[in-house]
Amino acid sequence: MPVLQTQLNARSADFKANHDAMRFVVSDLRATVARIALGGPEAARQKHLARGKLLPRERVNALVDPGSPFVELSQLAAYGMYGGKGGHPFEVPAASLITGIGRVNGVECMIVANDATVKGGTYYPLTVKKHLRAQEIAGENRLPCIYLVDSGGAFLPMQEDVFPDKEHFGRIFYNQAKLSAAGIPQIAAVMGSCTAGGAYVPAMSDESIIVKDQGTIFLGGPPLVKAATGEVVSAEDLGGADVHTRISGVADHYAENDAHALAIARRIVGNLNWRKRPPLALSEPRPPLYPAEELYGVIPTDTKKPFDVREIIARIVDGSDFDEFKARYGTTIVCGFARVWGYPIGIVANNGILFSESSLKAAHFIELCAQRGIPLLFLQNITGFMVGRKYENGGIARDGAKMVTAVACARVPKFTIVIGGSFGAGNYGMCGRAYSPRFLWMWPNARISVMGGEQAAAVLATVRRDGLEAAGKTWSAADEEAFRAPIREQYEAQGHPYYASARLWDDGVIDPADTRRLLGLGLSAAMNAEAEATKFGIFRM
Amino acid sequence: MFSKILIANRGEIACRVIKSARRMGVRTVAVYSEADANARHVRLADEAVCIGPAAARQSYLVGATILDAARRTGAQAVHPGYGFLSENEHFAEACAAAGIVFIGPPAAAIRAMGSKSAAKAIMSAAGVPVTPGYHGDDQEPALLQQEADAIGYPVLIKAAAGGGGKGMRLVERSDDFAAALASCQREASASFASDKVLIEKYLSRSRHIEFQIFADTHGNCVYLFERDCSVQRRHQKVLEEAPAPGMTAVRRAAMGEAAVDAARAVGYVGAGTVEFITSDTFAHDGRFYFMEMNTRLQVEHPVTEMVTGQDLVEWQLRVASGEALPLRQDQLDIRGHALEARIYAENPENDFLPSTGHLVHLAPPLESLNVRVDTGVEEGDEITPFYDPMIAKLIVWDVDRDAALARMWQALADYRVVGVNTNIDFLARLVVCPAFANADLDTSLIERSRDFLFPAHGEPPKNVFFVAAVAGLLRDQAAAVVKGSRSGDPWSPWSSHDGWRLNIQARRTINYRSGDRLHEVVVAYEADGWRLTLGNESVMARGRFLDSGRFAGQLAVELDDRRLVASVIAVTEKNEHKRHVFLNGSNYVIVRDDPLHLVEAGGTHGGGLTAPMPGKVVALLAVVGQQVEKGAPLLILEAMKMEHTITAPKNGTVKAFCYAAGEQVADGAELVDFAAEK
Repeated sequence: MPVLQTQLNARSADFKANHDAMRFVVSDLRATVARIALGGPEAARQKHLARGKLLPRERVNALVDPGSPFVELSQLAAYGMYGGKGGHPFEVPAASLITGIGRVNGVECMIVANDATVKGGTYYPLTVKKHLRAQEIAGENRLPCIYLVDSGGAFLPMQEDVFPDKEHFGRIFYNQAKLSAAGIPQIAAVMGSCTAGGAYVPAMSDESIIVKDQGTIFLGGPPLVKAATGEVVSAEDLGGADVHTRISGVADHYAENDAHALAIARRIVGNLNWRKRPPLALSEPRPPLYPAEELYGVIPTDTKKPFDVREIIARIVDGSDFDEFKARYGTTIVCGFARVWGYPIGIVANNGILFSESSLKAAHFIELCAQRGIPLLFLQNITGFMVGRKYENGGIARDGAKMVTAVACARVPKFTIVIGGSFGAGNYGMCGRAYSPRFLWMWPNARISVMGGEQAAAVLATVRRDGLEAAGKTWSAADEEAFRAPIREQYEAQGHPYYASARLWDDGVIDPADTRRLLGLGLSAAMNAEAEATKFGIFRM
Repeated sequence: MFSKILIANRGEIACRVIKSARRMGVRTVAVYSEADANARHVRLADEAVCIGPAAARQSYLVGATILDAARRTGAQAVHPGYGFLSENEHFAEACAAAGIVFIGPPAAAIRAMGSKSAAKAIMSAAGVPVTPGYHGDDQEPALLQQEADAIGYPVLIKAAAGGGGKGMRLVERSDDFAAALASCQREASASFASDKVLIEKYLSRSRHIEFQIFADTHGNCVYLFERDCSVQRRHQKVLEEAPAPGMTAVRRAAMGEAAVDAARAVGYVGAGTVEFITSDTFAHDGRFYFMEMNTRLQVEHPVTEMVTGQDLVEWQLRVASGEALPLRQDQLDIRGHALEARIYAENPENDFLPSTGHLVHLAPPLESLNVRVDTGVEEGDEITPFYDPMIAKLIVWDVDRDAALARMWQALADYRVVGVNTNIDFLARLVVCPAFANADLDTSLIERSRDFLFPAHGEPPKNVFFVAAVAGLLRDQAAAVVKGSRSGDPWSPWSSHDGWRLNIQARRTINYRSGDRLHEVVVAYEADGWRLTLGNESVMARGRFLDSGRFAGQLAVELDDRRLVASVIAVTEKNEHKRHVFLNGSNYVIVRDDPLHLVEAGGTHGGGLTAPMPGKVVALLAVVGQQVEKGAPLLILEAMKMEHTITAPKNGTVKAFCYAAGEQVADGAELVDFAAEK
């Protein structure tokens, strides 16, 4: 394969400026996630530990194979969303739920762990969304699910946004039933409360574990029982480990403590008879020729400045080998074949604005990958499709639709990384969230919105000026700027990756240097599912 | 010279004899019991013959079967080694009758020296000083008690036909005599088919110095100098050395000539050892008493070989084939200093009780001109309850005693055994204990030095846990790589083992137990290694297994700026994941916590008394329903040819015995159903 040659000068002032800017946002990301990873308030954590329980991240670390990676999802979920007016950034860290993919006894599993130190592990709207997203990933990639339950159930003050709707609390158990029906194992370890609706997590599981003196499962807790029937009963007698493993049969395995429960969970996975048969021609991975850290220096601090996306590709793919497709045609999009961690992959990367030719080229390339069963990687940095009379009259909407159809219908694993801007219909064509990529990650420098803040302000200002002028009024430059500034600010705030990740518009904000590793892990996890045949819809010709 | 000999023995001595025979071009026939079918001596010999079941009385002690094997294989001579038939006059006679050479003294000499009483009488007559004692034929217990009282306590009761510390009891008070006598007689009749005993004055602070002699059929007899075997426990030699500290040329000549006289007095031929006892005044008065003569090659003969440069087995073969002794007395010389340590599978901490099991890991020190290892086992072999639990003899030589001690310490530090408990750490402390280092020798040295030899158990140093953690992390890595490579996704990044996490750092805890204490090593995965934290100590750690060189197979560990070489052997027994950490010459055993075994470990049976090792119940000392006080003897278990008394752990009642006298019991078997008082 042709090897990409870098044009980058790592000693240039530009490179250094870019590098510093990226390093700054990466270190902010690490600091923010480190704070989130602590979990709930110190007092809550100490109380948790004093009961002999492990903290949720310790549980995850003890559950996965020693030294193996853990791909945590949506670390920034609920960041700044709750806690009164304007929200407090760390009011509900990680939405009181840790989800991610880890290898347990040699099998990649979806792990969903409540964090009881955060608001008693209760489900906020984003907690529900995060839980459902984890199940969605498990379903698409056929990953056995392990639920480490320690939750007080729905966060009652927000019940209207948690309980009744289709994608609310009840969907968790619906998913468990459907996943189990699809042959995807559901395993629960009850390591704390598991009340009311939550009681169905272990009950709906294929196999369940409950921890002595810690785990309880009941539809109504002792206070509710007393209120309803007058019966006075302890939590342990109502639904403790002994009751459920000896009398009720709600749980299958009795664990002495957290560590024991996790060891049993590992043993259960060992008995799944799980076989992975990757439907791809694998080869031995080779590192890229250029260091991953150089990714920091590629993207200009000034978003208006163009850069060659091949510099990114060269630092992600095996041996920096890249077989480009239609290199001379529709040059604002780069398509080609490569390998990441030994897995074949087709890459679609923006290298400018989308024109008709680039859309047609991308649609063609996506068809090739779907036909050959090759996973797709979208590197998003798109301001949108070209506008203007010439292009509209040339039918760019028709060609854009072809690309969107191809992306939507392709049944190969799709991965999307937002490396810069993600604006407008370009987001659709480049496999945005709505196009169900298996995983969607953002770099910390990225921005996402329907259009850039400047454009939005300009569009809205134009509309307003037209209105004012139609009414015969004038609009001073100062007034116009006063009108534009808050729009720009709003777009900047809402386009920030933390804002996006808090709302689960993506699966996480990542250090660019981790891109290759995450793609490798994601590809390998995706290999648990069998290949599917693609049937495309009507391409508007 | 013979062209083929049969070795009527097992273990290290059989291997030792094979080694010399092979060098001399003599073919060898091994014999083996069913328990020894895969033993090292069988593997080394040119051919081998099975001679019966495991029990020595049905195999290694059955002379007729062994002679039959010799006839069938065409062996011209039989080397008896030590123990078993080596001092059995009837066997020597049977060999002669069968026309097969017995590589040892004439039957008459064995007979003369076989009875300690008779031997002493001969020595007395020859004017060699002997210790006060009773050697009479009248074995009436009352008379024996009377004689003992007359000699004055402490006294030793010894099996008249015994040796090697078996069938011997030290009695401190008249009140204890009767019980000790009964026990001694029982052991004597079991081991030597005769319950006849003799009584001797027990010399406190005595030293045990023995002389190696050699006689041929041409009337020559020489002595190959002395060995000091004063360091003993339970009358068994632990460390032997030559020359004896405090020995002078004059005393050596006097004792050596007395030893030669003793040999000549019984018409001795071949290798023999004359044992003398001296008091702690030996250093200034040189007084000594004849104790006994061993008519065989001794366990500790390599000490003599190292200081004289002679191969005593070669001498034995030459003498037995009718040759004259290779050297005259004036051609023999003693050079440098040699020490032998007996490496045993036993529990020094638990009264030296034998330990049995598989040698899961066995790494002896590298042999050289200075270091010699005589062994009958290899890694993977088993130490069975049927025979002596010796693993090896470690022999070192150097120019003087201090240098030899240092070399012994180093060799012991390099000796790594996993699978059975050993006395290696005990021996390492022994060679540096002040009494031994200063040559302040007597047979009570171990007792006297208890505080030094059995230090209170402190916690292992933190580095032990760090090293164990590094080994564990490396093994996890190797396991992940192997497991990954066998899957359908062989290069998956999920098989990586650097603890990668998104935007944060991975930590995990590895739990170890040492005694009752839990030690939590927190592992933080960093880019260039692991940060390990235990309590208030934290180090950056890296490591790798060495695959070549002097330390091949061991673990090279970096802890901050320190580099260490260690061995960590993982063994799982009885649901315990043990980690044997060999570090800085010490062996530490810690247990890796496995949460999966929590439940299983929970159920212990209360009040039961279990067999400390496999063995045979020889006597029940209480009756069912009897109320006993704490410490009361309940039954006697014979194991590894030793008697062990099982006593009541608390005041209580014997509800039932689970075995009858004469029954064989397995390790850990419950022996007594015992109800302790609340």
